Amino acid sequence: MTTLKIDVHHVTRVEGHGNIVVDTHNGEVKECRFEVVEAPRFFEAFVCGRPYYELCHITSRVCGICAVGHATTSLRATEKALGVKPSEQTVLLRKLNFHGEIIDSHVLHTYMLVAPDFLGVGSVIPLVETHRNVVERALRIKKLSGDLCAMIGGRHIHPIAMTVGGFTHTPTERELQEMRTRLVDAHVDMDETVALFATLPWPEFERETEYISLRKDDEYAFIDGVVVTSDGFSYPIEDYKKVTNEKCVSHSTAKWTHHNRESYMVGALARLNNNFDQLHPRAKKAAARMGLKPRVTNPFLNTAAQVVEMIHCIEDSILIIDELLTRGIQSEEPPVVEVKAGEGVGSCDVPRGILFHHYVYGEDGRCTEANCVIPTNQNMANLNADMRAFLPQIMDRPQEEIRLLLEMLVRAYDPCISCSAHFLTVEFV
Amino acid sequence: MRNDKSQTTNGRPRVAFFDFACCEGCQLTVIDALQTHLALLDAVEIVQFREAMTEKGENYQIAFVEGSCTRRCDEARLVKIRQQADIIVALGACAHLGGINALKNLHPLEAVRRWVYGEKADWYETYETRPIDAVIEVDAVIPGCPIDREEFVRVVKAVLLGKKPPIPDYPVCVECKLKENVCLFHVGKFCLGPVTRAGCGAICPTFGDGCEGCRGLIPHPNENAMKDVLAEAGLTVEDILSRFTMFNAYQVQERMAEQEGK
Repeated sequence: MTTLKIDVHHVTRVEGHGNIVVDTHNGEVKECRFEVVEAPRFFEAFVCGRPYYELCHITSRVCGICAVGHATTSLRATEKALGVKPSEQTVLLRKLNFHGEIIDSHVLHTYMLVAPDFLGVGSVIPLVETHRNVVERALRIKKLSGDLCAMIGGRHIHPIAMTVGGFTHTPTERELQEMRTRLVDAHVDMDETVALFATLPWPEFERETEYISLRKDDEYAFIDGVVVTSDGFSYPIEDYKKVTNEKCVSHSTAKWTHHNRESYMVGALARLNNNFDQLHPRAKKAAARMGLKPRVTNPFLNTAAQVVEMIHCIEDSILIIDELLTRGIQSEEPPVVEVKAGEGVGSCDVPRGILFHHYVYGEDGRCTEANCVIPTNQNMANLNADMRAFLPQIMDRPQEEIRLLLEMLVRAYDPCISCSAHFLTVEFV
Repeated sequence: MRNDKSQTTNGRPRVAFFDFACCEGCQLTVIDALQTHLALLDAVEIVQFREAMTEKGENYQIAFVEGSCTRRCDEARLVKIRQQADIIVALGACAHLGGINALKNLHPLEAVRRWVYGEKADWYETYETRPIDAVIEVDAVIPGCPIDREEFVRVVKAVLLGKKPPIPDYPVCVECKLKENVCLFHVGKFCLGPVTRAGCGAICPTFGDGCEGCRGLIPHPNENAMKDVLAEAGLTVEDILSRFTMFNAYQVQERMAEQEGK
């Protein structure tokens, strides 16, 4: 029998540095894991001592892809700690901004990081020659979502105008109207996106797990709500540690999390499984066209779930803009913050899954303690369990194909290693 | 000695992107620049860009480096890039200044490690965060957190033409005035614009938030005057230092060490 050794040093087309290590002998899997080798950055330590108004600006720098997600989660934690209530207009603008980031992150992942695997190339760059219309469509959607975020926050990567209780800048009625027109025009690009992704031959692999996401009574949840799991549990956000149960694992690459089983999954697929009923009808139609019917248990379909969410976010953005225009958009001063000691937990379901920020502030409004639990960390145990289950099913294939399939599995989770590296156990082998 | 094999392909220079400790937001901004400047791909040949592509070539002339140096083991990788590249461009505040990662330098290193990693602190290699020019020579800089995509395009054009990249050496206030913004000090907010290098189009003050100094100090800033201005706005020395250190902790500490040495 053969020995199979795969060592993918720094998996490409993911955000951050991670390695795949596989070692089998006579059909027996000795090692099969994904490990993280990103340089640690120590955010939880260095936000201590910083004033409350800086926290959202510092923590947005955890991640260039989900900067709005970190900033929003950070603001919710600070607002709960200091007893600040955002206005209805702020809540609407935050949702709109968040939708922009979901679309932006998902278009990057689906088109630029995942699609090249199915088109037999190593990156999006050769596609400029061979599939120029596909690349241009992706860049068009990305520009739309980036412009949507920039209209509200000043720019997408590391938003400027988001502040405790509100915004330091308000989009104009005209900007909202123009954005609405562009979102409606995006229907054509999104229809073609669904048509493209409906034809991709997703690898066959099923492994049911526990799916965890936020949930709200009245909408597909991204900001606030309660934490729900597909095994029937429900917790207030403040009880997040009962969900995440972080633990060190001996060989480990990360502080892994587990809830009711040995692992759980977060992200687009978890949200789709838990909250399918609340998707916009157009998004449900797209799901049907791509063969997604909850409960979906093939992790490769996380990418297809992202396509569904892009459509939901475009449709919901149009509805939010209509509401803002009906109400009449106005420049609002953020509420005056009473500086005091306090503790708060914020949670958002960011592009890669549920995120928690937990802060304690002293009487002078400076942070004394911080904890962040990142989606990529929460997925780490589940991704590794998937790899161990998937490998025996593909072991008879050529080594290069095994390697590609394992890389594709890692990419399906859309890991964001920069985010995770603030809190990871790193082992060099 | 530079690698003499670094020939161009059809006159297109070979370009590689590298990242160290960072959020990769500057490389994402490079990808965003393609939305409006797709023709950039015709002007260069990208041989390495891990975040976006699988292909990996080690024969390049221009290296863009994002992220700060936070581990001794990073130094060897930086030196290797320096040996290969004719031109190294520091991409963004982390590479240029040490940036947000250098906030950890304000705390005792041992305490930081224990804080985040507890008993497992020894498993992680780390040392005081530094900008990459503390380790290797850097030929050009694109400041900012994140970089400005139009400035990125301008710098790339200049580098390709063999010219000095056009990075302003005047303060953000100049651009802010051109935008006809109301000065934030006049509405009771504070801003590091008077001492921070322009080039961002004063984007933060334009969106109602004070400049955070992410592009670094201008050469010969009048910092004492700046401190007076902030103090007039009712801010404590701690608040002022906090603003300065958000992106410039490494520079603030270097200056303090320099002054102590005098």
